Amino acid sequence: MAQIVGAIATSHIPAIGKAIAENKQNDPYWKPFFDGYGPALSWLKQARPDVVVMIYNDHGLNFFLDKMPTFAVGAAAQYRSEDEGWGLPVLNSFPGDAALSWHIIEHLVADEFDITSCQDMAVDHGFAVPMNLLFPNAGGKWPVTTVPVSINTVQHPLPTPLRCWKLGRAIGRAIESYPKDLRVVVFGTGGLSHQLDGTRAGFINKKFDLYCLDTIVRDPEALTKLSVIDLVREAGAQGVEFLNWITMRGALLGNVSQIHRNYHIPISNTAGATLVLENRTAAQSQAA
Amino acid sequence: MQHHDIPGTIVYDGAEAQKGYALNAMCYSFNAAANREEFKRDEDAYCTKYGLNDEQRAAIRERNVLKLLAAGGNVYYLAKFAGILNLNVQDLGAQQTGMSVEAFKEKLAAAGR
Repeated sequence: MAQIVGAIATSHIPAIGKAIAENKQNDPYWKPFFDGYGPALSWLKQARPDVVVMIYNDHGLNFFLDKMPTFAVGAAAQYRSEDEGWGLPVLNSFPGDAALSWHIIEHLVADEFDITSCQDMAVDHGFAVPMNLLFPNAGGKWPVTTVPVSINTVQHPLPTPLRCWKLGRAIGRAIESYPKDLRVVVFGTGGLSHQLDGTRAGFINKKFDLYCLDTIVRDPEALTKLSVIDLVREAGAQGVEFLNWITMRGALLGNVSQIHRNYHIPISNTAGATLVLENRTAAQSQAA
Repeated sequence: MQHHDIPGTIVYDGAEAQKGYALNAMCYSFNAAANREEFKRDEDAYCTKYGLNDEQRAAIRERNVLKLLAAGGNVYYLAKFAGILNLNVQDLGAQQTGMSVEAFKEKLAAAGR
């Protein structure tokens, strides 16, 4: 059976992709951020994932306001990296696992999540930057297959934190009912606090971010009591991307422990963050 | 519009999305290099092609972020317009807050202390 071995949450802003393209990892501005990835890479190496389920948001590459799905799941053999308009390098396409995607789609709809399925999908920095960060030596040959799960964080009404938590639970159940022996890692991308638009642009809330980083590990259901407006107020208009993190955490159905975390202000206009979580079944926890 | 009391902050909802549809559609087209080039060759004609209203056209002409937002622009699509102008999100933040770019960067750094 497929098994979710853990999860990684990470920032995904385009500036990170640019810094990678320009080899600025050791630049004094970037070093405190990139140094946070060493332990994540070590963990990922021993986790040996076959599949990454990528919970992210599109920022106007694949979806426009003409059709805006609240939840969309990719079901393609591959996902294209494309020009987003500001000069980030286009990466090699990301391989999909259409059979697993359709399994997840069938389970989600049976579980009353009426998602949009996408057989043709371009993935933007919300997907590509985390892949680039966490598979830095892939050289364009990605070592995992992927399943994109895109959550609307662009046009309100957005799904509530509670709904995203429940979606995560349903994704977790769907994956764990897949008969093939696959090792799955869930990525949740974006955040943490930031606001790009309006006269409050540049808003960052360290206190709230640290609360979120603590709470998502030990008491994630407390986060489901927040409203979307609470998230806008406390995390900033674009800090609502934390919905991706809540969904990711929901997918971890076992005993969850924190392996690593990093938090650094600022990267571009955001608080940058990385969190690595291990997910063990009850049986694994007993054996350990 | 969803009720909120958060100063200086847009909750980009259906009313905004209807108001800004043409402006955002134009900015969405800037994902393609050929469209960016076409815009640069004749901005006015490109705005006409996408059916921008007078307020939106003026905001584009003035490169004024707050006016673009007031005209229904969504920041994620507007970012593609900013890309054409070689402006990054610190430049946009500085313009919206009336600060110098250096002062805006210092404000971001200060949030970490």
